[in-house]
Amino acid sequence: MSVKTFFGGIHPNYAKELTAASPIEVLSAPETVVVPMLQHIGAPAVPTVKKGDKVLAGQVIGEAPQPISAPVHAPISGTVVAVTDRPHINGRSVLSVIIENDGQNEWVELDTHPDPVQLDREVILSKIRAAGIVGMGGAGFPTAAKLTPPKDATIDYLILNGAECEPYLTADHRLMLEYAEDVILGAKLMAKVCGAKKIIIGIEDNKMDAVAELQKFSGAIEIALLDTKYPQGGEKQLIKAITGREVPSNGLPFQAGVVVQNVATAVAVAQAVRDGKPLVERIVTVTGPVINEPRNFLVPIGTPLQNIVEAAGGFTEEPGKVIVGGPMMGMAQVGLEAPIVKTSNGILALSKAESHEPNVMPCIKCARCVDVCPVYLLPLRLEAFGMNEMWDEAKAYGAMDCIECGCCTYICPSKRPLLQYIRVAKNQIVAASRKKSS
Amino acid sequence: MENLRLIVTPSPHVRDKDTTPNIMFAVLISLIPVAAASLYFFGFNALRLILLGGAAAVATEAIFQKVRGRQITISDGSALVTGVLLALSVPPTLPSWMIIVGSVVAIAIGKQVFGGLGHNIFNPALVGRAFLVASFAQPMTTWTGPFDTVTRATPLVVGAARSSLPDLFFGSVPGSLGETSVLAILLGGIYLFYKGIIDYRITLGVLGSAAVMSFLTGANPVFELFSGSLLFAAVFMATDMVTSPYTPKGRWIFGIGVGFLIMLIRTWGSLPEGVTYAILIMNAVTPLINRWTRPRIYGQGVHKS
Repeated sequence: MSVKTFFGGIHPNYAKELTAASPIEVLSAPETVVVPMLQHIGAPAVPTVKKGDKVLAGQVIGEAPQPISAPVHAPISGTVVAVTDRPHINGRSVLSVIIENDGQNEWVELDTHPDPVQLDREVILSKIRAAGIVGMGGAGFPTAAKLTPPKDATIDYLILNGAECEPYLTADHRLMLEYAEDVILGAKLMAKVCGAKKIIIGIEDNKMDAVAELQKFSGAIEIALLDTKYPQGGEKQLIKAITGREVPSNGLPFQAGVVVQNVATAVAVAQAVRDGKPLVERIVTVTGPVINEPRNFLVPIGTPLQNIVEAAGGFTEEPGKVIVGGPMMGMAQVGLEAPIVKTSNGILALSKAESHEPNVMPCIKCARCVDVCPVYLLPLRLEAFGMNEMWDEAKAYGAMDCIECGCCTYICPSKRPLLQYIRVAKNQIVAASRKKSS
Repeated sequence: MENLRLIVTPSPHVRDKDTTPNIMFAVLISLIPVAAASLYFFGFNALRLILLGGAAAVATEAIFQKVRGRQITISDGSALVTGVLLALSVPPTLPSWMIIVGSVVAIAIGKQVFGGLGHNIFNPALVGRAFLVASFAQPMTTWTGPFDTVTRATPLVVGAARSSLPDLFFGSVPGSLGETSVLAILLGGIYLFYKGIIDYRITLGVLGSAAVMSFLTGANPVFELFSGSLLFAAVFMATDMVTSPYTPKGRWIFGIGVGFLIMLIRTWGSLPEGVTYAILIMNAVTPLINRWTRPRIYGQGVHKS
């Protein structure tokens, strides 16, 4: 099997051996869960319950107000104790439903289908939408919306993203090993909905055991081996590596005839359509040099970070940073109060020594940032434009095409905050265009 | 765990181990073979010039930064690299005070007046060298043979027919300190390439275009590449990160331009060697090359279906 890849990228310390061999353990629900109404890209869900309401597990507690949104369900049975703003892993306060666990784990009646592939396309789609499924690889785009491109678009490929290129994380790896059948079923269901002619699963070549496991069920589905390189799982890089196509600048994957979905999303789709189960739990890798017992958990959504870290034996020493997600694109947390959401694939704790910002030196134009940029930008120029508030120049040099993978900042020998300044430029460009159009 | 004091910064949260001082240190290591060869062939003169050149460069940087009230950054190793490179590019009999003047000019005018590390347009060592050639033309073009102090013509003057290829390869010929031994230069170059510090496009561009040019002008390409400071410059001077293009295509153009200009000056110019000016000219057009060779961005020019 030949290994496919893209131009650019980096080879950070993957550190996946910490958890790659630890099977998924079910973490029981805490006494209270905090379920944010915003766990996806788009409009927040609107709460349908109020303080004092009794809820069953799997019951809708937040409705989607528009297509680019997703409903939210109760992960446990119990009583709503508050509907209020609570800290979110994104650093802000977000309207959340807080449920006290009654310990009964009583579920709503689930609508099961033993042979879900036979269902109509529309039925499958409505079940995906109703289950509140969003992209579980990190971005959280509502899956139903992503599976319904404009009618005139032809979808040649449905690509399942099993690259898991973020260092440290093994949640998708374990999922492919332990839920291989559901991955394949989910892929077939999604291909039926979006009308994809061909399904390809992309997996980095450091997960050959997952490849072997999936091949037991894959049939006509192709598995593409990918070079182990970050950001191989970036949507644009994955499409380029597997199909040779490029997503148009400022466009979407369907314009290249491709729909990409994460493998965890596929499992959620399979369970939603076959078992009638909404998205109320996910696999989370708890890992890092200062975590006592790094491992993988199946966690009810809404479980505070604190409970999950404790279940992994707590910290070996006071951490410098706690990150939700991976070390390249994850969000640093102010504390452990915020809950896990649908998109949280890992909790990573770094030591104090690893967490301090390094000393910044002048740019020596070594061009390593140019060589690693997977969208072929000139990060050193964009950084200078961002720093000098030259927004028009930043736009002309493609700042809006930046995927924020962080390779430039990672590789810089002068330890310059390249991506950070590119983000500043992007925000200013967006703000200026809003001002113009309003 | 109640009172965690966590550090919050935007992603990415991990960094590569390599640092700019590490790069400068690696360049110094890569110069060990050529420095050793120069000590072997030219003895005490080599030691004298390398030590004085390096020390004067570091001292100039420190004094300049102190006077301007800036942070003193000599520990990043970049000034030492400049001083040693300059010393390795001068004849073994150059008087001590001249190498000191050269180092002062290299750092003060070549680097610090532009704003220090990363901001200079021209390769500082070559600015120093150009100054020395213009000011002290005779001592800068008087070479002695290896193992003696008798003035001799360099292979470039003698010509291909009367030069021995093994002598050129091992370095037993008259010339500037670091440029005589092809073997030592290749060792340093392989190390720099292995460490990811020099870009093959620039080095191959210089050597390739010089070879093609010598072929077209009827000269012997192997002799042209092995003699004078061409190879030394292709590996250590033209590849200076700060003063060469940062786009992949630009690095080819830069290298090809340097090789072309070297051969142009060697063949038709009145100077025996054209490496210094060839690189300085290409340094000057580097910002333009960068502007003209911006890579196509992913997804741009792609048809929306």
